[in-house]
Amino acid sequence: MSFMKRPAVRHPKLPVNDLGLTVRDYEGGMSTLCAGCGHDSITSALVEAAFKLSIPTHRFAKLSGIGCSSKTPAYFLRDSHGMNSTHGRMPSVATGANSADRSLYYIGVSGDGDSLSIGMGQFAHVMRRNLNMLYVIENNGVYGLTKGQFSAAADVGSTSKKGDANMQPPIDPCQAAITLGATFVARSFSGDKEQLVPLLMAGLQHRGFAMIDVISPCVTFNDHEGSTKSYEYTREHYHPAIMADFVPPAKEILARYDEGEAIPVQMHDGGTIILRKLDKSYDPTNRISAITNLMSSQTAKEITTGLLYIDESQPDMHELNNTCQTPLRDLPYSKVCPGNDVLQKVQARYR
Amino acid sequence: MKTKPSNNEFTIKIANVNGTGSASANGLLMKSLFRMGIPVVGKNYFPSNIQGLPTWYEIRASEKGHLARSGRIDIMIAMNAETYKKDLADVAPGGYLIYDSTWPRHSLLNRDDITIFGVPLSKLCNENFSNARARILMKNVVYVGVVAALLDLDLDVISQLLNETFAKKASLLEANQLAIRMGYEYAKTHLEAPLPFTAKTSNKTDGYIIIDGNTAAGLGCVYAGATVGAWYPITPSTSLMDAFKGFCEKLRKDPETGENNYCIVQAEDELAAIGMVLGAGWAGARAFTPTSGPGISLMSEFLGYGYFTEIPAVLFNVQRCGPSTGMPTRTQQSDITACAFASHGDTRHVLLFPASPEECFYSARDAFDLAERLQTPVIVLSDLDIGMNDWMCKTLAWDDKYQPDRGKVLRAADLEKMEVFHRYKDVDGDAIAARTLPGDHPTGAYFTRGSGHNLYGAYTEDAGEYQQVVDRLRQKWETAKSYVPKPVVEYQEKNNIGIISIGSCDEAVREAIYELGKEGLGINYLRVRAFPFNGQVQDFIDNHDKLYVVEQNRDAQLKSLLCLELHVDDEKLVEILHYNGLPTKASFIIDAINQDLAKGEAA
Repeated sequence: MSFMKRPAVRHPKLPVNDLGLTVRDYEGGMSTLCAGCGHDSITSALVEAAFKLSIPTHRFAKLSGIGCSSKTPAYFLRDSHGMNSTHGRMPSVATGANSADRSLYYIGVSGDGDSLSIGMGQFAHVMRRNLNMLYVIENNGVYGLTKGQFSAAADVGSTSKKGDANMQPPIDPCQAAITLGATFVARSFSGDKEQLVPLLMAGLQHRGFAMIDVISPCVTFNDHEGSTKSYEYTREHYHPAIMADFVPPAKEILARYDEGEAIPVQMHDGGTIILRKLDKSYDPTNRISAITNLMSSQTAKEITTGLLYIDESQPDMHELNNTCQTPLRDLPYSKVCPGNDVLQKVQARYR
Repeated sequence: MKTKPSNNEFTIKIANVNGTGSASANGLLMKSLFRMGIPVVGKNYFPSNIQGLPTWYEIRASEKGHLARSGRIDIMIAMNAETYKKDLADVAPGGYLIYDSTWPRHSLLNRDDITIFGVPLSKLCNENFSNARARILMKNVVYVGVVAALLDLDLDVISQLLNETFAKKASLLEANQLAIRMGYEYAKTHLEAPLPFTAKTSNKTDGYIIIDGNTAAGLGCVYAGATVGAWYPITPSTSLMDAFKGFCEKLRKDPETGENNYCIVQAEDELAAIGMVLGAGWAGARAFTPTSGPGISLMSEFLGYGYFTEIPAVLFNVQRCGPSTGMPTRTQQSDITACAFASHGDTRHVLLFPASPEECFYSARDAFDLAERLQTPVIVLSDLDIGMNDWMCKTLAWDDKYQPDRGKVLRAADLEKMEVFHRYKDVDGDAIAARTLPGDHPTGAYFTRGSGHNLYGAYTEDAGEYQQVVDRLRQKWETAKSYVPKPVVEYQEKNNIGIISIGSCDEAVREAIYELGKEGLGINYLRVRAFPFNGQVQDFIDNHDKLYVVEQNRDAQLKSLLCLELHVDDEKLVEILHYNGLPTKASFIIDAINQDLAKGEAA
């Protein structure tokens, strides 16, 4: 039903952004996910983030793999192209699309099954390339579409609906991301829009790979007692460490922060992230301490959230490749074909 | 061929150990013949290894222009003790063998019907070069000097080639010149040089170049306007991307900014390489990936995705010996059916079959035009023989009036005038719907999915809507027949026997037809250049009583495809299959045809 249009009824007093658009202009088709699914909250957070950044509605490219999470790009940004690729392979498609047109905002939506099992290889390598994109993992610890098998993100001891406990260690996408070269790593919760929306905005503005792992409970297969990815468990063990407020370029920083707790991080293409430390021991600009912190909080069964790691100084794939600024797909043919005279000269060495 | 060597008609084979730097010496020898105006071809039989295993290089010179593997060795340069026994046995009666006489040979290793020349290659090098590496490398150059004396090569040509090669490396130039002289003078003094057959200056190479297919294909991608290349290294396709990269570094740097007007990504595996190509094609760039058989297996899932979602993509499959890892450095044409139907479900792909490096160059252009016109993956099936061996080809030319066929793409200005856009709606009746590119215009937005979709691009599980889409894809296949390259046909009405062949069999088939023609057997010839087959292939089959299908795989894959797709009485088709990993040769085809005809007479 993803092609069904939502009714175009708009409240006359809906706020508008810098482009004169309302949040409704950033929406997509009707969701076909289960009522109460965490993924739908993430979808609406993405809509809000895109709206608040005042980006033209058609200037995104939405990419996904296979699974419940991967259906969601149909539910936001209807004016932008979307692509539901194959299982675990979205990072490669995103790499190719970004190679062809570096000027768009790339949003990849994946799940813990899609990214951490079949797609672990591509997930790892897209981070090594520091591809300029926002990559959201909608993490529910379970395979929803095939009805409730454990995913690689399931914690040891977490039980399935039938009562079996998972005994294999989980893959933490955030620890993996920091280790493998992602330059913006965050964790959040589908139930905490206040935290999630600024993170998504900052992730979209980040030049490089922005990975946000969003705990997103599966109401049908993984929201029971014994699950460590349920709404209840997540709320109980939730530990916001670093809040991030994104201030777009050319906007004045209005909020007040107590001295010592706020760190402004200048984004590469304008805008500022104000990091607010809730946990004073956490330093999101230090790779080693970020990983140490995450490992100890994992042992303590805490779900540390917020902007866990950021490095604005690393070159992205195109910078590393020295690619021209014009999107490659828009280069005129005259600029890419050297012509017959050159061809004749080139062949001198083959005679 | 049973014929004896004569002036400008001979084959030299060099048996060596890989990693000893013989490639440049062998190239020097071949190019000297080419520069003297004599048609040549070089075949490299190398191991899947970096150092220490046997490797052979075969140079065939043919004034008549027969440039398949010759199948007979007139001069063997036996540099590898490990393979000496076999190399000795391979020399044609009346031929010559040169070995390094610095060390004694086993007395049993001898033959009365050939001439054996000992040249103290190591001793000469040890006396003249102090550097250990030079002593190994220069042995190869010394044997070029020996052959130069035996075949009476033009020393000025060799000298000029060395000057060009080592223009910036004076010490190497001097060493190479010295090594050539050492070999030449030794042969003049101690051997019966020149031989009864020699290399005579000719004029048959004007307007030609010597190039391998991977280099030509890489250059073709530059000219076709490819801007995105994604790949994972695999023999024998790796040098295609190396070539593309090399040409781009020279020809695709923005003169003002120094930035790259291209993007090459070395992927983590073939699964990712094809994903990148599809992503780039979806976003509107001309994108490609070179690979070989195992890569095609890995890419199959995405190939089905590209077919169903209708995204242009270009693949080069430089085929090698299968199945599985097979023999990675040996040639075969055994991925024909795998490529034609790669992926699950009802899937079929457009294939191109170049027969030479020259055709690899132009196939690149054709493949991108077809991929964008038909909005589908196109696979160019080359092979190791074409891709990695040096072939003599007509000088490449580019029509400066050429403009890429981008197919039906609606950009912002077109979409501005439209109220709605439906991705998979066939408006023109050719089963090809218009596509749009991300980021251009809100009206053009659509959702690409490998799941069931209707003509609006929306998700569907409706029986009728699904079938409408897959039926149109089948109809698009019919459209493809009018766009793909036509076969090459050589037809005389009086002949009722024909050969149908494909790709790199071409030179051997032509030589076989020439030789059989001399014996009075007229044979027509059709070489398929694309799948789907178009009408001319059917006509050719209909017009003959007997057809030999010559190809390089065990299971007669081309023949199977012909029987599957066309109306064929399969009794009419006789398989001639060469699949041991070496390039096929004319004598193999001639023997097979003669045997088959004799069988018919006996019955």
